[in-house]
Amino acid sequence: MRHALLIAARDLRERARDRTAYVLAIVLPLGLAVVFSLILGDISGDSRLFTYAVADADRGVIARTFTDDVLRKAAASGAIELRTVSSEHEARRLVDDGTATAAFLLPAGLTEDVRAGRAARIEVVGDVDAPTGTDVARSLAQAYTDRLDAVRTAVTATVHSGVTTAPDQLAAAAAAALPQAAVAEDTTGRRQLDAKTQYAAGMAVFFLFFAVQPGVTGLLDERRNGTLARLFAAPVRRSSILAGKLLTSVVVGVVSMAVLVVASSLLMGAHWGNPVGVVALVVSGVLAATGAMAVVAAVAKTSEQAGGWQAIVAIVLGALGGSFFPVSQAGGLLEQLSLMAPHRWFMRGLADLAGGGVPAVLPAVAAMALFAAVTGAAALLLFRKVVRP
Amino acid sequence: MTVLSCSGLKRRFDDVLAVDDVSFTIAEGETYGLLGPNGAGKTTTISMITGVLERDAGEVFVDGVAMSTHTIAAKRLVGYVPQELALYPDLTGRENLRFFANLYGAGRRRVEFVLDVVGLTERADDLAREYSGGMKRRLNVAIGLLHEPRLLVLDEPTAGVDPQSRNQILENVRALAAQGMAILYTTHYMEEAERLCDRVGVIDSGRLIAEGTRRELVERLGERDRISLQLDGDLTHAASLLGAIRDVRGVAPHGHGLELVVDDARECLPAVLSAISTNGVVVRSVEVTEPNLETVFLHLTGKALRE
Repeated sequence: MRHALLIAARDLRERARDRTAYVLAIVLPLGLAVVFSLILGDISGDSRLFTYAVADADRGVIARTFTDDVLRKAAASGAIELRTVSSEHEARRLVDDGTATAAFLLPAGLTEDVRAGRAARIEVVGDVDAPTGTDVARSLAQAYTDRLDAVRTAVTATVHSGVTTAPDQLAAAAAAALPQAAVAEDTTGRRQLDAKTQYAAGMAVFFLFFAVQPGVTGLLDERRNGTLARLFAAPVRRSSILAGKLLTSVVVGVVSMAVLVVASSLLMGAHWGNPVGVVALVVSGVLAATGAMAVVAAVAKTSEQAGGWQAIVAIVLGALGGSFFPVSQAGGLLEQLSLMAPHRWFMRGLADLAGGGVPAVLPAVAAMALFAAVTGAAALLLFRKVVRP
Repeated sequence: MTVLSCSGLKRRFDDVLAVDDVSFTIAEGETYGLLGPNGAGKTTTISMITGVLERDAGEVFVDGVAMSTHTIAAKRLVGYVPQELALYPDLTGRENLRFFANLYGAGRRRVEFVLDVVGLTERADDLAREYSGGMKRRLNVAIGLLHEPRLLVLDEPTAGVDPQSRNQILENVRALAAQGMAILYTTHYMEEAERLCDRVGVIDSGRLIAEGTRRELVERLGERDRISLQLDGDLTHAASLLGAIRDVRGVAPHGHGLELVVDDARECLPAVLSAISTNGVVVRSVEVTEPNLETVFLHLTGKALRE
């Protein structure tokens, strides 16, 4: 083990002097994640929490119920931010200047209109640059008015049917039928990463496969440089030489991912989730990437050849695994194939972590660990011919 | 005391028998030259001795430790200087040495000592890639010396280096042998082998076809030293005088003089010059020709060493 550590330490010292390593492992993934996030993240307007303004000109029970039981509960669950404003004018101004995603305008006489059976409406004013947020606001208002209509119809039917129901019981039944919170905690919905995290994680895991290359191709470099014969002549077990090379890849991978997680959190505001879960995903992801790249290096004859093949494998796995776009939503064969890529499991693990606790990442960690075990074992078998005396 | 003993070494690559039943020994303080044309099996033999390559048959003992059963222990006793420059170009000279020193368990003092021995102390903190070819060669040699091995194996250590670095390497080798280190040396330069090696082994097509000191090999081939004399005077009388000298085996006319076949030219030259100068014959020029390893090599293999 001591010899493996010495060999890894030497490799890392050399890697630390190679500026292209920093570009490939840190600058490129971070830069691309920022670019993608800026370009694509703001198109949907989904990159931040929805902020809604509400202007209550009605001040009756119907408007209060909507504000308190629907909007405030949604805000309490963390799904939206709510700002109560005093006038329609102020609400529109907040939407115009982009402070609010949308505004709910509760007109004067709303409660009276509902009680009188007249058409009543909640007006939604949305930000043109945030269509998704506006749709959500519209859905909240629509759901509420639909339920009001349903309750009004039911009460009317009850009254006209001649059934004797005490007015207080009828009122209680109607109140119970009103939506308590139109936006509830939805596990499926919450398992989506926000755009910044999506791109940061996608680029990080994509370039991870490039970052770990030098370690596993190190044996081929040593053979080309003539130092492999010198290592073979030294009092060192050949398994230690192999272990040292794999260790180099793992350390480079973990360090580059750690830097990317911290940098994307600080610079881009990415939300990676619980650190314990992130560490588990990063370590298993690094092992999977090392295994995959080691297999390619083991079948190549030169490090140049290995580099070319590894780039192809990294790009194919990255595209298949959803580093560039969410393949999980593609469905069909592509969606099934994507499960072969560690990238997919890494992204899925992060999404699971966002929607649940640390145990939620275990399936993804297990899948990547299995991938690492299979590819690692294959690489060791194949590498035997390189180190065979 | 025998430091290296290898017997019956054999190695095959697919259909090619690269080394076939090679056996030799090297004693403490002895420098042994392994000579052979390209592809003769020198590097394969060395690779088996250093443990880089597995043997199909045969055994290697270093200071009595068997390479087959105590591989790690035997490797600790061997210093290896491969034919190719085996350095890490993006590490400094000192970092290269420290890395290998750590692998062999040698201390930092030894690193500084070896840097001094090969004359690289002043450039020790420069990256190896910035070294000249000669400096790289010296660093290549230095790595093999780090752990004070009992056996030092040098595979063409002076290939392509400048005369100054070559001289320094040869002086280092000579000094190490004087300290008792056993040295196995391969080279393409015959004068290096003659200058350094106590004994040489000639390998061709994987087989060790001759072995011994230079003189033993020369004598085995029937080759002798020759002295060519350009003379003024009575050549017939001179021939009869010279033929009577004990170490002179033959006298024949040669241009305006005579050519003598002798046992040892350096030893009998004073007697030759003395004999003719006291009898009125004037010596215009003297040329001594000693059969060298090149001659031996050509005779044994039918090839020049650099083919």
